[in-house]
Amino acid sequence: MIVAGQTPLKVSLIASVSSLLLILVVFELIRSRRLRERYALLWLLTGLVLLALSAWRGGLNTIAGWLGVETYPPAVLFAVAVLFVLAVLLHYSTVLSKLTDQNVVLAQRIALLELELSRRPSGQASAPDEAAAPAARST
Amino acid sequence: MKCIAIVPAYNERGAIGGVIEEIRAFDPSFDVLVVDDASHDGTADVARSHGAIVVTLPFNLGIGGAVQTGFRYAAQNGYDLAARIDGDGQHDPGELRELVDAVSSGRADICVGSRFAGADGYRSSRSRRVGIRILAGTVSMLTHQRVTDTTSGFQVLDRKAIELFAADYPHDYPEVEAAVMLHKHRLRMMEVPVRMRERAAGRSSIRGFQTVYYMAKVMLAILVGALRRRATPLEDT
Repeated sequence: MIVAGQTPLKVSLIASVSSLLLILVVFELIRSRRLRERYALLWLLTGLVLLALSAWRGGLNTIAGWLGVETYPPAVLFAVAVLFVLAVLLHYSTVLSKLTDQNVVLAQRIALLELELSRRPSGQASAPDEAAAPAARST
Repeated sequence: MKCIAIVPAYNERGAIGGVIEEIRAFDPSFDVLVVDDASHDGTADVARSHGAIVVTLPFNLGIGGAVQTGFRYAAQNGYDLAARIDGDGQHDPGELRELVDAVSSGRADICVGSRFAGADGYRSSRSRRVGIRILAGTVSMLTHQRVTDTTSGFQVLDRKAIELFAADYPHDYPEVEAAVMLHKHRLRMMEVPVRMRERAAGRSSIRGFQTVYYMAKVMLAILVGALRRRATPLEDT
């Protein structure tokens, strides 16, 4: 008969401390304005879920039992971590795609504005504010 | 005194003309700047035909980015007072008087039209009222001042507030975080009761699942914002 595995205390401690560290680093990054809240939410969720699973050993053992992980419950921790990292990466790919599209639009708008400016008599070229308004209609 | 009305608009073709005319009717000396947040229904053309100055953004920045464009314009062009009025017709420019007086007399750096400050109750869905109450409670606590309507975009600002927001303004749904920011910078905020109308056209930008995301994001932002000593201008980071 197979005895259901237990999570070693040491693993639980190290994993908890690591998740807590992740959460703290994310908070500090937001505070110092290097990370926008919008992109931090998924990281915070990752940190909180991992922290909950690492600290609550009974829960991790139970969930491992449900999933048929009989021998080594912390494997579930790895699986969950990998799943969340995948989600974050996928999210970033969509963000990256959007930024790429916007970058193209910006480059086009700037190029068209420069053309517009260069066509004007040189005396007026120093007033970009006025020049920007009519050219902005083109999209 | 050089005054400007900043009107952010996203697909508000049906309402924008009326809003511009009402601002004119309130005070013809106000310049009207419409920030068209990449609408695709011709909002910019309608606004231009009503004589407004129109800035068209190259792509949708969301309300925070759109409004900040207006503050940047106001800061660059030396305006002393800016009124922020939504392009959907929800705010009645006829109610601007009290807000403008509070700011031009120097009683406040920013005056916000609140739906909840007065006795007249504002009708809204229950979940939204609960959300607004939670936010108002949190902001009141952090700013040591009773704030009733943290989501109102009906505001009048003086030069100091314009310059601050031109340099740094929160993204997405900015009003809540902005209230905390003002407090950090020792600017004086004041609320005045106003009535708001049903939306003339268009739909609210916040609904369904987005409200959950909105609450989580805003709570995170104001709590972290409260830990910051001062907001740093984006250019400096």
